[in-house]
Amino acid sequence: MLAAVSSGWYLSLGAVLFAMGAAGLMVRRNPLVMFMCIELMLNAVNLTFVTFARRLDDVGGQVVVFFVLVVAAAEVVVGLGIIVSILRRSPAATADDASYLRG
Amino acid sequence: MLELTWLIPALPLAGFVVLMVLGRRLGEPLAGWLATAAVGGSFVASAVVFVGMLGRHGEERAFSQVLFEWVPAGGFSVDVGFLADPLSVTMCLFITGIATLIHLYAIGYMHGDRDFSKFFVYLNLFVFSMLMLVLGDNLLVTFLGWEGVGACSYFLISFWHTSDANASAGKKAFVTNRVGDWGYMVAMFLTFTALGSIRYVDIQAGAGGLATTTATAITLLLLVGAAGKSAQLPLFVWLPDAMAGPTPVSALIHAATMVTSGVYLLTRMNPVIAVGSDWVPTVIAVVGAATALFAATVAVAQTDIKKVLAYSTISQLGYMFLAVGSGAYVAAIFHMVTHAFFKALLFLGSGSVIHGLGDEQDMRRMGALRKLLPVTSATFIVGWLAIAGVPPFSGFWSKDEILLYAWDLSPALWAVGFVTAILTAFYMSRQVFLTFFGEARWDRPLAEAAPDLARERGVPAGSADGEAEGRPDGDEAASPTVVNVYESGHLPHGVGPLGPIQPHESSWTMTLPLVVLAVLAVAGGALQLPFTSGTKRLEHWLEPVVAPGEHHLAVATGTKWALAAVAVVGGLVGIAAAVALYLRRRRAEQPAEPALLARGWYYDSGLAAFAGGPGRIAFDTLAWFDRTVVDGAVNGVAWLVRGTGGGLRRTQSGFVRAYAGFVAFGAVVVVAVMVFRGVVL
Repeated sequence: MLAAVSSGWYLSLGAVLFAMGAAGLMVRRNPLVMFMCIELMLNAVNLTFVTFARRLDDVGGQVVVFFVLVVAAAEVVVGLGIIVSILRRSPAATADDASYLRG
Repeated sequence: MLELTWLIPALPLAGFVVLMVLGRRLGEPLAGWLATAAVGGSFVASAVVFVGMLGRHGEERAFSQVLFEWVPAGGFSVDVGFLADPLSVTMCLFITGIATLIHLYAIGYMHGDRDFSKFFVYLNLFVFSMLMLVLGDNLLVTFLGWEGVGACSYFLISFWHTSDANASAGKKAFVTNRVGDWGYMVAMFLTFTALGSIRYVDIQAGAGGLATTTATAITLLLLVGAAGKSAQLPLFVWLPDAMAGPTPVSALIHAATMVTSGVYLLTRMNPVIAVGSDWVPTVIAVVGAATALFAATVAVAQTDIKKVLAYSTISQLGYMFLAVGSGAYVAAIFHMVTHAFFKALLFLGSGSVIHGLGDEQDMRRMGALRKLLPVTSATFIVGWLAIAGVPPFSGFWSKDEILLYAWDLSPALWAVGFVTAILTAFYMSRQVFLTFFGEARWDRPLAEAAPDLARERGVPAGSADGEAEGRPDGDEAASPTVVNVYESGHLPHGVGPLGPIQPHESSWTMTLPLVVLAVLAVAGGALQLPFTSGTKRLEHWLEPVVAPGEHHLAVATGTKWALAAVAVVGGLVGIAAAVALYLRRRRAEQPAEPALLARGWYYDSGLAAFAGGPGRIAFDTLAWFDRTVVDGAVNGVAWLVRGTGGGLRRTQSGFVRAYAGFVAFGAVVVVAVMVFRGVVL
């Protein structure tokens, strides 16, 4: 039964996913992979929100999830565009190579 | 006819603009004639306005003409407007009248100068500025003219700017005048704060409501300004040096325009002076009397023909300040007018002598010119009698009236004025005798004619070189200043640099103004004769303007006659002393000329020593403080911000993963703090 799964599990899963995403972001060099790691972190947070929304019986958490998804989509549109164009110019580029874009 | 007021300053301005554009092309005599015509037209306009004003009565004589709104700023608004009233029209008449004569004279005097047309550009601008000063209907327009004459005096005094002395004399005039301008400006601000307006009409109407302390402060600050422009103690130092300029300039500055503006300003502001503390007029009178006496003592020992006149001007201006301080505004204006006549005459006469002698200015190298320069000497003698206070010449009447008012204020001030009068008669007689009488000293070698002068100019005593060359001071090695005059293109008329000296009378353009001025110097007293109420024309004329401050005399008629008689005797004593010392003994160098007086009581050199010694140290210290502490504080803040920014910039490496690391690290720290401090959980 679904009810048997306590919210602690969901929260733990979210924490693990978030930690994986954060570690991947710092460890990996491929910008596309780093991007996926960011998505992982965002969705881990989303999972946590949904869990709390259910647990507290408050729809606010689910609303926030929609916002996060919208922001994530927007970010992907912009960020992915930049990354793809960088990779086109130099196919082997890593995230560190893009440091020439610094301010 | 009063509507023509705007034309009075407009004509010299037009002359200035036209000459500025076309001056060089018009060439030598034409540029001068154009400038003369512009100022002459201005004189005609003044006369028309004057006639128009005669047809009106009392208060209607004040006519205001606003050209355009100049400075609108919130509650503060200044128009470029002209105020034609008896005072300003009187000033306009004699300024433009004498300036016309001086322009005419300058055509002859500046003949052959390389910058002939430029000279007239400046002269016209000068007259324009002075007319703005006089005609302005508020303090700011007057200030415009006030600064204008300051700037023009700078241009004109250092006209032959290739010579070092001339350039620094112009600079000195400019800087000294700035000190006075400070006083003027603060007085103007204060007037606006107190009255909400700087128009003379409002000042005249609102002066009665001023607090005593405010009126006192305004008056004292104006006195500072007036002392700077009118060369009173302690700000007179620029005027003797201003002699470096061409002689027509000296005549224009010293007789008719710039230096009179201080007296004009104080007269204009007389309602404010009347409201201030009762010791303020005494301060003005004391400044005037002290200046008069001081300058007269210095004039006694000067050897430069123009410097005598320069100190004389300072002294006569002192008389005018004495009159203002005594509440005798009419007498001040009266003396200003007569002084303009005879001092312009004397300056132009001295210019004619200098011209005739081929740029010799030292009276020790003159003498016996009476026969050779008949017109110049005859007119100069008229000017001499006028300034010495011999009746019935104009100077007698105006000076006597001032002394009468001074007597009413304090017999001590009268005594100072009286001693000054004796000295005036003495030094002017000395000048006339040294220049026009006695034996000729211009055709003898320098060492024999004037041993001191020869030493000054580096010619060894007994040297015959001078005689051989005919013109020893034309020698390059001996006289660098003279050489500079030639370099500047001002060649003396008819005399080559090494040619023989042949004193000659000047051309008609120069002698005609002398004759006209001589007539005025004789007859000028008729403006204001003290006998009956009907002969006091100037007093009735000026009444609407000066009435609030004018002092009413309480001197018995017998005393008046006695004072006049004493003054005449004093003048004659001065002349007699000069006859005994300079005409009888016939010596070039005199015992009555101590170095203390010749050097002007060491005031100038003392000032220079102070400014170069303790003053310099004080200002250096201030400058050091400004550089290290004030600038240091400002620069220190900038350095701190720049350093912090530079440090932070290094973290912006562009390595995305490093940023992520920072964020993660920061998040961990935040969580750790929360946990340990028990905020959450």
